[in-house]
Amino acid sequence: MKERREGVPIGRAAFLGLAAAGISSLAWGKSAFDAVSSALPSGLPSIAPSNGWRIYSISNPLPTFDPATYRLQVFGLVDKPFELSYADLQDLPQESQISDFHCVTGWSVEDVHWEGVRIRDLLASVQLAPTARALRFNSAELPYDSALTLEQALLPDTMLALKMDGKPLTRPHGSPVRLVIPQMYGYKGVKWLKSIEVSREAFAGYWEREGYDNDAWVGRSNGYTS
Amino acid sequence: MHWIHASVFFSLLVTGAILYFPSLSIAIGRRQVVKDVHLWSALAWVVALLVVVIVGDRSSLRRSLREVDRFDRDDGRWLIGKRAPQGRFNAGQKVNLILTGVLTVLFTVSGVLLWLGEQDTRFRLDGSIALHDGATLISLFLLVGHLYLAVIHPSTRHALRGITRGEVREDWAEAHHRKWVEAEREARRRV
Repeated sequence: MKERREGVPIGRAAFLGLAAAGISSLAWGKSAFDAVSSALPSGLPSIAPSNGWRIYSISNPLPTFDPATYRLQVFGLVDKPFELSYADLQDLPQESQISDFHCVTGWSVEDVHWEGVRIRDLLASVQLAPTARALRFNSAELPYDSALTLEQALLPDTMLALKMDGKPLTRPHGSPVRLVIPQMYGYKGVKWLKSIEVSREAFAGYWEREGYDNDAWVGRSNGYTS
Repeated sequence: MHWIHASVFFSLLVTGAILYFPSLSIAIGRRQVVKDVHLWSALAWVVALLVVVIVGDRSSLRRSLREVDRFDRDDGRWLIGKRAPQGRFNAGQKVNLILTGVLTVLFTVSGVLLWLGEQDTRFRLDGSIALHDGATLISLFLLVGHLYLAVIHPSTRHALRGITRGEVREDWAEAHHRKWVEAEREARRRV
């Protein structure tokens, strides 16, 4: 049974053309989204694709912060291990910065305001052993951890953030304190920091043990070369 | 075919939303479980589609594809908002089907890249997540329109019966898909 009017078989052409265009976006999609997101008024980007936060966790539930009992412990290759309460952390010199956040999976958040403590100020009261080369950051969200070399921890924009966008860190973002290292992908930025161990070597942390790079430089690690 | 696609799409959408929106990720947690459901749904869908094609009525599927492929002047007029007689699929339905097919391909490609990229740096492209997100946005847009026409809009709601029961009222079909009714009648006359 033939149809009376044949029409033009453009359906398959449209299918193939659109599919090809879509696949080509693997090359230009991120730049396009970043450009669109920057152009949108500030309220919107948090729901726009690829320019809002996504919360990844590895265990359930997210840690809770109790200001009365919280202590950040610092131990390892130091002369005097110590611990800080939340108030102690707030009493240390505070610095602020605006940085972009990049996740290794391909989404980013631009112009995040961070306020917190530089590692050099955190460690100002102790002496590091001559063999100390790295810091391991342990999260209350077990078994999440990561490590940085001392040099990486002391980069001008590495910090332990207490506040994000003008407000104390919220629970999903790692309250009360998280590591922030904008020059590396977000998985290095341990949230819900519980302790810092000064060590000989930057041992592989949670995601590094899953095959991600130790030196997670944005744009030049983890297979990315842009 | 439609209901396999619809149910799996729903599962993928819900789990995808949990993975994507912080408010849901936090409330639901269990990221690994949600991720597994998401991935297994996608796999189940591919398998289901293959099963439909292998054991289903392939000639009927082929006929539908042929119909969707062809656009005539009446379709052109319909798409710019003018009244024009339509076949079994109206021009909007054809466009929806084609776009759904395209999005299916794009979701599969970007989804596989995202999944493989977690295990192996060779598969990491920063455009994968942009493509997956973009496809989701477009799909949601299509879905809202699709559901509105299928469930709410008075003159098109009857089509829902067509996809659930497999039949529609002849007078409705005459009004909305006249060329199909005429072709069916002619085929019956010949017999």
